[in-house]
Amino acid sequence: MATEFHNLQELRHSASLANKVFIQRDYSEGTTCRFQTKFPSELDSRIERTLFEDTVKTLNNYYAEAEKIGGQSYLEGCLACTTAYIIFLCMETRYEKVLKKIGRYIQEQNEKIYAPRGLLITDPIERGMRVIEISIYEDRASSGSSSGSSSTSGTSAR
Amino acid sequence: MLHLGVAEPMRDCEYSQISTRSSTPMETPFKKRTPKRRKWQAFPGRNKFYCDGRIMMARQTGVFYLTLVLILVTSGLFFSFDCPFLSVKLTPAIPVIGGVLFVFVLGTLFRTSFSDPGVLPRATPDEAADLEKQITNCSSSGYRPPPRTKEVVINGQTVKLKYCFTCKIFRPPRASHCSLCDNCVDRFDHHCPWVGNCVGKRNYRFFYLFILSLSFLTIFIFAFVITHVILRSHQEGFLSALKNSPASVLEVVVCFFSVWSIVGLSGFHTYLISSNQTTNEDIKGSWSSKRGKDNYNPYSYGNIFTNCCAALCGPLPPSLINRRGFVESDTSQPTPPTNGITMYGSTQSQSHMAAATPLMQTETVILTNEGSLPGRTSLGGPCSGALPLGGQPTPPTSNPNLSSDSDMLPLRKDHIDGLHHHHTDGGHHPFLTPEEAPSPPGMLPCGSPVGHSHTVQGFYNPASQDSLHEDSVRGLVKLSSV
Repeated sequence: MATEFHNLQELRHSASLANKVFIQRDYSEGTTCRFQTKFPSELDSRIERTLFEDTVKTLNNYYAEAEKIGGQSYLEGCLACTTAYIIFLCMETRYEKVLKKIGRYIQEQNEKIYAPRGLLITDPIERGMRVIEISIYEDRASSGSSSGSSSTSGTSAR
Repeated sequence: MLHLGVAEPMRDCEYSQISTRSSTPMETPFKKRTPKRRKWQAFPGRNKFYCDGRIMMARQTGVFYLTLVLILVTSGLFFSFDCPFLSVKLTPAIPVIGGVLFVFVLGTLFRTSFSDPGVLPRATPDEAADLEKQITNCSSSGYRPPPRTKEVVINGQTVKLKYCFTCKIFRPPRASHCSLCDNCVDRFDHHCPWVGNCVGKRNYRFFYLFILSLSFLTIFIFAFVITHVILRSHQEGFLSALKNSPASVLEVVVCFFSVWSIVGLSGFHTYLISSNQTTNEDIKGSWSSKRGKDNYNPYSYGNIFTNCCAALCGPLPPSLINRRGFVESDTSQPTPPTNGITMYGSTQSQSHMAAATPLMQTETVILTNEGSLPGRTSLGGPCSGALPLGGQPTPPTSNPNLSSDSDMLPLRKDHIDGLHHHHTDGGHHPFLTPEEAPSPPGMLPCGSPVGHSHTVQGFYNPASQDSLHEDSVRGLVKLSSV
């Protein structure tokens, strides 16, 4: 890997944002929240394909769990309806609980896997659940030509 | 070597944000110099917010107050004048059941009107630029698909995703742009002036329960007021019964006229829920078998029971627009790759600001630019009596700089909104047919009361309108990439 970062703090101090990659939604199975697992070419030199795909697949599984329609969601829905939805003042919906889990998972992935490679994942909820935004950082200390070449190779590959 | 030196950011809102900029907890304000602003204050759509962002409604709320007054007055009269007689003569269960229905109606009404219908936040400048790049790259290759559409296959059906020029996103399937609120709404059903809000993914079930319970309440009041008058006229004769309880006459009149539309609407929405369609889709006939033998609804679960349960008892997705969060001091990290993007981003935020403060700036814009609009040819809607708006494409060459184009956007929308407002003043519209904003397939349907028939053919975008608009946007892209 071209750059090594020990934690997110170092990213902030020494890196400049080179590019952003957006992983779009996969609507092939309907309107449930899924993201495409296709590996973007800009990340080719930065991270292993399997790690990336694992992250996206785990996120997809979390979202599927949040939106699952089954016994528990029916129970929650009926209970909420009978209490005129007042119960949501005290209780968190299942979706919100899973969203918090996703937030923690993304934080953990960033710290363990992505930040050391100069990448940062933004939680999709910050982007309206439309995209997973992955920011690619370049170390300011390293030569500017590497950032230039990675972004041009990215655009020409399309 | 991993060094976990960062404290987990404290969550001011429900969603955690990975912040590489500071390790201080999120609850301390990002900007120490200027006062904190909440996100609803900078919201680009045309919504009104109350209670510091907790309540969200459309801009025109007059009809909502009418709904509220009608319900309160009719129920109030019922409880004050008819219930004492009926509870003595028949059973005290009557006011109890009436009371429960009344509370339920109000609860669901407020929930529908005040909650976020499922608004999709607009694209960040980086996202928009990335999409623009992809679109221009795709269309520079040999095969040229219709611009600004993407096709996806969902459960075997091909669905076209349209690009929203206002929100700069490809709309997810079943989402639509509400021109009245100027937002893209997920699973957009329709904009209901009676509840003063759009009806979309997050508040559809409340809307349905509202009209269902209101039907029951209306029928309940109607039936028992008639019973009251009949019982009284056994005692005193018909005319003196009416004289002694004049409120009953008013209630009967109100209930009689409401019952048809409300019960009809409930029936219609029951059908929609059981077939898992939106009003939008039903009106366009997207999934009807008339379009083709293989046309079916890819979102339906197959049986009525599952469709109903999913719509009413399924998980409630959270709001995507985080109204009460705080606006960050700088919008994003420094220097995205091309200079044009920051320029683009800043004019975007200006136009968003213009839309967010609806009254002052856009009205003056309308006054100065009024002359340019009426000259536009209307983009051929099938309605012969169509409002002479057309889709109003921006002319390709008359926008030498970005800022004038961003001025045009709120202008067009306000113009459309103004005309649309005139249109709704006169009639009794249980709901408005949903419309698309200035994007080229923007043929505005005439809002006939339960207008089903007219919009089907007109919704397709002729290539000519599209190329005009596409040229202007290409001009934009070229300018921004300088």
